[in-house]
Amino acid sequence: MTGAAPLAELDDLRVQFGAGPDAVQAVRGVSLHVMPGEVLCLLGESGSGKSVSMRALLRLLPPQARVTGGVQVEGQEVGRLSGRALRALRGGTAAMVFQEPMTALDPVYTVGQQIAESVQQHRGGTRAAARARALEVLDLVRVPDAARRLDAYPHELSGGLRQRVVIAMALACRPRLLLADEPTTALDATVQIQILVLLRGLQRELGMGMVLVTHDLGVAAEVSDRVAVMYAGQIVEQGPVRDVLRRPVHPYTRGLLASVVRADGVEAPGIPGSPPDLRRPPPGCAFAARCPAAVGACSAAVPAEQKVGPGRTARCVRVGESVAA
Amino acid sequence: MPDRGGPAQPMLIAAGLRKHFPIPGGGAVRAVDGVSFSVAKGETLGVVGESGCGKSTLARLLLHLVRPDAGELVFDGEAVGAPRGITLKELRRQAQMVFQDSASSLNPRMPARDSVAFGPRVLGRGPAQAAAEADEALRRVGLDPMQFGPRYPHELSGGQKQRVNIARALALQPRLVILDEAVSALDKSVEAQVLSLLARLKRELGLTYVFISHDLAVVRHVSDRVLVMYLGSVAESGPADDVFARPLHPYTRVLLASRLSMDPDRRVEQAPIVGDPPSPANPPSGCRFRTRCPHAEPVCADRVPSPGSWDGHQAACHMVHPGSGHSAAALAA
Amino acid sequence: MNSQTLALPAAAPVRLPPRPGYWGMVGGRLRRDPVTVVFCLLMLAIVLAAVFAPLISPFDPYKESIIFRLKPFGYRGHPLGTDELGRDILARILYGGRSALLMGVGPVVFAGLVGGSLGVLAGYAGGWVGTLVMRTMDVFYAFPSVLLAVAISGAMGGGMLNGMIALALVFIPAVCRVAETATTQVRGLDFVEAARATGAGHLMIVRHHLLGNVLAPVLVYASSLVSVSILLASGLSFLGLGVRPPVPDWGLMLSTLRQAIYVQPWVCAVPGAAIFVTSMCFNLVSDGLRSAMDVRLR
Repeated sequence: MTGAAPLAELDDLRVQFGAGPDAVQAVRGVSLHVMPGEVLCLLGESGSGKSVSMRALLRLLPPQARVTGGVQVEGQEVGRLSGRALRALRGGTAAMVFQEPMTALDPVYTVGQQIAESVQQHRGGTRAAARARALEVLDLVRVPDAARRLDAYPHELSGGLRQRVVIAMALACRPRLLLADEPTTALDATVQIQILVLLRGLQRELGMGMVLVTHDLGVAAEVSDRVAVMYAGQIVEQGPVRDVLRRPVHPYTRGLLASVVRADGVEAPGIPGSPPDLRRPPPGCAFAARCPAAVGACSAAVPAEQKVGPGRTARCVRVGESVAA
Repeated sequence: MPDRGGPAQPMLIAAGLRKHFPIPGGGAVRAVDGVSFSVAKGETLGVVGESGCGKSTLARLLLHLVRPDAGELVFDGEAVGAPRGITLKELRRQAQMVFQDSASSLNPRMPARDSVAFGPRVLGRGPAQAAAEADEALRRVGLDPMQFGPRYPHELSGGQKQRVNIARALALQPRLVILDEAVSALDKSVEAQVLSLLARLKRELGLTYVFISHDLAVVRHVSDRVLVMYLGSVAESGPADDVFARPLHPYTRVLLASRLSMDPDRRVEQAPIVGDPPSPANPPSGCRFRTRCPHAEPVCADRVPSPGSWDGHQAACHMVHPGSGHSAAALAA
Repeated sequence: MNSQTLALPAAAPVRLPPRPGYWGMVGGRLRRDPVTVVFCLLMLAIVLAAVFAPLISPFDPYKESIIFRLKPFGYRGHPLGTDELGRDILARILYGGRSALLMGVGPVVFAGLVGGSLGVLAGYAGGWVGTLVMRTMDVFYAFPSVLLAVAISGAMGGGMLNGMIALALVFIPAVCRVAETATTQVRGLDFVEAARATGAGHLMIVRHHLLGNVLAPVLVYASSLVSVSILLASGLSFLGLGVRPPVPDWGLMLSTLRQAIYVQPWVCAVPGAAIFVTSMCFNLVSDGLRSAMDVRLR
């Protein structure tokens, strides 16, 4: 990392849902940062806390969530923003692309109206100007025949087009940080690759920082610069995408890579067992119960984040050995 | 269950299956439009395609959960629903279905054991006998019946629920199991576990699978033969190795090229195809893929390409049929 | 792959004690909800007060007195005062609870059974059967419920039984609609399809898979209707269509006492308060029931 300031930062973020003995500790001490123009991928399986961590950046968590720790976007402490500054952040400085394009769009307004409304809200200006901007961003996300699509309702569009519209809406106010929550999971394979190529192109073209949440190693490999692998509410491994995918250090990352069903017919072993109950997280390493390399020390205390290479960290007590091996 | 027709008799033959769902206000969604194939005993037939290709409707047609508009089903040599063929009730005993793990795949008000025991109860077993058979099925899928039998679906993880779903299908001791996106909603590490389980069950119980999925890698991994579907019809079929190594149909090639690379240094630079599949309510004339096909010629709009015979490696594409009138057809010959 | 590696997580949630089954679970959740517990107890108290009215009532509810008419709270041993004929208000409130509860619960139970069955039938059968049932219901639904109740009980002549029948007829379409919606929803779910795939007959599917899942929404809706029914019944009595004088009834009391509103406003408010508190009890208990019956919640 050079001296440049990070675009967004989480510092020991903890999120708990509910209270009392049944409270779910969804995020348990996540620290990460995204530099301007960088794509960070939060990779993890369901319930790993990846989506919750990302939503914390925009304070988009439900009211029963108890959030502690630092959340900064462009140097502003998000937790302390007033209503007005928060609205400027959401959709202005930082915008979000959701998983399900059908529910992310309001079915009773046309595509053009929805994009223009967001533009007017953040940048003011006339309706005509907002509509012109809407047309511009639809062209930007390569919606064919954009002028006509401006007056289409969401249900009149195919899944792929809808997701392009959702992306256009996010880009309408020229955000410097784009957050994408499983943006291609609901899409077909031939459409998914189109959207990924588009997102990657736009991110480069517009120089945005991007945080992408996904469960799919393939998606991470396609678009990210750095990867943070999450398990049971913690980042277990973090580093440049090539290093993490080629030489995973943490046993969970290795298990995940080995679980990818490959076309060559080699049996993928998967990881036995399932993640711990986050109402009662284990005192030690959350992965210890499923880990083939677990030793006694694993269950004693949560392993600290250790530096394992340039820009790489991992939370594993045996990390020294595995790097050597 | 007796093996009536002998090993050479296909487990299931589907001929010209068709199902159109009428749309209120006119027209119809041509979900499945003339699909034919056969499944040999003990093999796994993979069915792959994108949303709207009709693969889920096909799964339901195979058990007559949706009544076909046209077409024939032959189960182990006996026509389904025909006067001297196999009855629906008997078909549904010998052929079972595993649904995608979702919030609705198990009755939220029933403990796992009761869900699994429902099938044996339908067959007329007493409560104790049915519960014993359910426990046996749960054990088979790697769940301890004492621990998991009394649990409600919301107390199970995704992988556990899917094991219960599989146990429910197995409780009837079927010979054919239709797996409709059975691992699609699972996390990757769990998906691998469930796929191993399915492979083991197949070996142990001598099952035949029809494995339906949108995930090429998974289909490739489990299938002996594959059926590639596009907009309600079969684009390509053949032995899995062949189809994946030497795809004949342009659509299959696009599907293969759309796979993510898994390697940051070999990223897909350009999407192999633009746009989404057209709506099955209004499919293109002739070859259904022609509107997105890089090799489309006038003949593709005029005539529907023949899907070829049922065995071997076949593609419903004018380019592979000599004399079809497509300029590339001559090269194929 | 052997069964050892397939066996489930060492880290599986701690083993739970013997499980109580669905209704046990619902009961347990209800007990942990303080609001519902309080209002359940209050409801119980109201029911007991009505049932044991003869034992706890300080006066005969029919005993009139020319001298002590429209007296305030606490007058000569009448804790809640007296009405325009000098009858004890507390006694009449206690006895009046009987007709109020009967008129509140009776029509709802009847409508729940009839409407619920029709709704399940319509939802499960679909097609022309469903259309026939639901369109018929729509005809009744088209009238405002108060007007319909008044019209039906007016046509049949007043009286408690006719009033109950009128109210039941008003509620049937609403319950039917709820049951039909729930049935249609459940019918399309994968587990029902899976049940069909086992070769199960319709009766078996309805009994094992549909009823349990339809019961919850219908029960919750019906319990919220009880308060509506109490209010409508009071309204009918108020209009002279439900319970007939001199039988004690909250709606009837409200009707006759209204002329004395400037003389003894607090006394006049008592039957209204009784109606309000009782219907609120049913509403809040119904709310509690709804969250307790949602299996997906923890």
